[in-house]
Amino acid sequence: MSTSAISKPVEQSFAVRKAARPVWAVLGERALEALIYLCGFSAIIFVLGIFFFVFKEAFPILGRKLFSVSQFLFSEQWYPTSEGNKRYGVLAMIAGTFSVTALAMLIAVPFGLGTAIYLSEFCGSRVRETLKVVIELLAAIPSVVWGFIGLTVMSRLIVKYTGAPVGVNVLNGAIVLALMSVPIIVSIGEDALKAVPDSYREAGLALGATRWQLVWRVLLPAAKNGLLAAVLLGVGRGVGETMAVLMATGHAVHIPHSVFDSVRTLTANIAAELGEAPANSDHYHVLFLIGVLLFMMTFVVNLTADLIVRGIKRK
Amino acid sequence: MFTETPLVRRKQRQESLAKWVFCGMAVSMIVPLILIVGYLVARAWPSLSLSFLIDVPARGMTEGGVWPALVGTIYLVVISLAVSAPVGVLAAVYLNEYARDSWFNRMINLAVINLAGVPSIVHALFGLGAFVYAARFGYSIISASLTLAIMTLPVIIASTREALASVPRSFREACWNVGATRWQTIRAVVLPNSISGILTGVILQVSRAAGETAPIMFTGAVFFKAVQKGDLFPYGLREQCMALSMHLYTLSTQVPGVKESIPFATAVVLLGSVLFVNATAIIVRSYLRSRKKW
Amino acid sequence: MPADAQITVRDLRLAYGHKEVIHGISFDIQRNEIFAIIGPSQSGKTSLLRCLNRTIDFTPEARVSGVIQVDGADVRKTKDVFALRRKIGMVAPLPVGLPKSIYDNVAFAPRCAGMTRKRQLDEIVEQCLRQAALWDEVKDRLESLGTKLSGGQQQRLTIARALSHQPEILCLDEFSIAIDPVTTMRIEEVLKELRQNMTIILVTNLTQQARRLADRTMFLWNGEIVELDRSDVIFSEHPANRKTYEYVNGIFG
Repeated sequence: MSTSAISKPVEQSFAVRKAARPVWAVLGERALEALIYLCGFSAIIFVLGIFFFVFKEAFPILGRKLFSVSQFLFSEQWYPTSEGNKRYGVLAMIAGTFSVTALAMLIAVPFGLGTAIYLSEFCGSRVRETLKVVIELLAAIPSVVWGFIGLTVMSRLIVKYTGAPVGVNVLNGAIVLALMSVPIIVSIGEDALKAVPDSYREAGLALGATRWQLVWRVLLPAAKNGLLAAVLLGVGRGVGETMAVLMATGHAVHIPHSVFDSVRTLTANIAAELGEAPANSDHYHVLFLIGVLLFMMTFVVNLTADLIVRGIKRK
Repeated sequence: MFTETPLVRRKQRQESLAKWVFCGMAVSMIVPLILIVGYLVARAWPSLSLSFLIDVPARGMTEGGVWPALVGTIYLVVISLAVSAPVGVLAAVYLNEYARDSWFNRMINLAVINLAGVPSIVHALFGLGAFVYAARFGYSIISASLTLAIMTLPVIIASTREALASVPRSFREACWNVGATRWQTIRAVVLPNSISGILTGVILQVSRAAGETAPIMFTGAVFFKAVQKGDLFPYGLREQCMALSMHLYTLSTQVPGVKESIPFATAVVLLGSVLFVNATAIIVRSYLRSRKKW
Repeated sequence: MPADAQITVRDLRLAYGHKEVIHGISFDIQRNEIFAIIGPSQSGKTSLLRCLNRTIDFTPEARVSGVIQVDGADVRKTKDVFALRRKIGMVAPLPVGLPKSIYDNVAFAPRCAGMTRKRQLDEIVEQCLRQAALWDEVKDRLESLGTKLSGGQQQRLTIARALSHQPEILCLDEFSIAIDPVTTMRIEEVLKELRQNMTIILVTNLTQQARRLADRTMFLWNGEIVELDRSDVIFSEHPANRKTYEYVNGIFG
């Protein structure tokens, strides 16, 4: 094999060794990198700033004489604007958030996981792509539109078919919230099922299992962490949802006794009253405190789910 | 050679049953959606027309169109994304390509991810306290846009980081070995190959910014503003504005006696715009993915 | 310091976190020689190369101490680390084709260095692809994607890329893993030509390859130099260290 084509004494002019980048290119690059560092730091500042700011605005109420944290969390008497008897108990709203979210999960989790199982194990690839696009579009619907649907469509259906006195209640909010949470349960659930190695499936099939047996006995147990994360993220979505529940659950600040009762969630309450609370008043500060409470709740839920999800992706 | 024993037949029945049950669950999520959208369009039909988009609301908002709200939403979306998209993308480049792996940066990561899941009302609280009061921008388009920018920033950072991380490290190492600077590596290899993920992430936030109500409700969006029909630049930056999402909320909860098809038509316009933007993102993503280079 | 040493290493230590992988080694490499480093996997050979061109900087938990001098200048104190990396060509064991055209793959380094004239770039691309024994196979499709080549072709592309910035020192880290024996021989012929203009450091597990090519060979084992001598001594019946004989002849490792 002759190498004569390249065996002439190498007549390199060493042009690359002598090349240098033009000054404007070097300075331009330095400027751009400075801009990148600036954006990085400002993003960090904004991110930390949100935490600190919301906490800071809530803080003053904690020092007020007639405020106590235990009353805040455990009393259902919410009279922030009363003249003589100001009370800041949010238990009724916590119950509202809890009841609507729990009922929504009761509906959304089976359907969401079922859809995830269908997408991952049973359907053909073209159907899967179409279905995934549809679910992604479902996820994009703004919450005010969902609230509108709850207020107009759902409430009439509920009154008509269940004879409830009023159509905006826990059930309405739960149905709407379920439809809003399903896409995220499906998407994370499908990721979790896809992360189960194919060798599990092959082993099961080799033993003669049907696909259903495979799902029930092998895949669901193997993917249970990811599926749990999917449910948690759905819960996080539910707890944090504002406009849809504001419009669909009514205006009653009380602990619900049936799914046909109107309630108010933590989020909806802030939205309903923030407009009327004068700046820097006690009412204003306590609304920020509810915001802090929400922040902590969603933080914990999302953090847990995120840790689980990252564990999956790393595999 | 393989006979169908009763066991095999029972297994096959189980199999199809399972398949149909799960298929049914998937479909039962989609069908209500289609029915609802259909119902919305049907109830909106009497009012849906081009003039609905261009007219202004009249007679105490019981009649007319949505022009001021449409323009207001466009203002808010454009301004907020003009801030959050460049800052978010460059910040993600910093975090993924320049920042050293230290406890501080891991904490920042955590903060960004968790901020992406914060309830929208908390963003409203932040916007009110920080931009309306502390920064003294007052109730204005500036306050509302900045609030939306802060809302979309963490998600843009997170999705851009994911796109950047999908480029294999081996490409970067090959560039470093020949003496390329960090920026040269990013420009030559990392950015061109993550552009589809970055673009998709930004476009998806466009639809989110257009659809959110709570963050703008308390920072600059307003019930009603007098605007000329068809005026393209009716708002000053320090003024308040109307917005489609807010408009839908007020029409359906605070305006008695409105002709019924009008809120439905508003919902259809909002929903249609959002779905259109998202469908565009999905198309862009699959087009760019099909041109994947490795 | 020996008169013609291009690279001097004194008391180099490298640790990843708490685990030390190179334990204070010292050696010299002469200008224009072919210097082989042999030894079993995990002896620190690749890490050594990465210390040389400062790509060890990209591993956050790595800590380096000691002195590495190239042409008298301390590598760790250099002001322009990019010029240093251009001075040293690095061929990694796993082939990597950048997701660009073949032409752009090879033209990448000269462009980063500031070269823009098309005629010059054309010449460099052709010359480097010829030296990497790849020109004939790709000369008609320089615009096609580098990532779509076969493994062996991508490895030769990596070699072409390493040559494209006209390094003074060429490091090849187990370059023949992904290449067939015939092509390996072609490239070995090229290396013998190239040594007229550059110093070549050859890290290899193939003792036969080191025997064929290298002037001097260093046997690195567990981060320590077992023996460093002329190749005809290392690969003879009586190297200074018994372990060397055993490794070369496959008795262990």
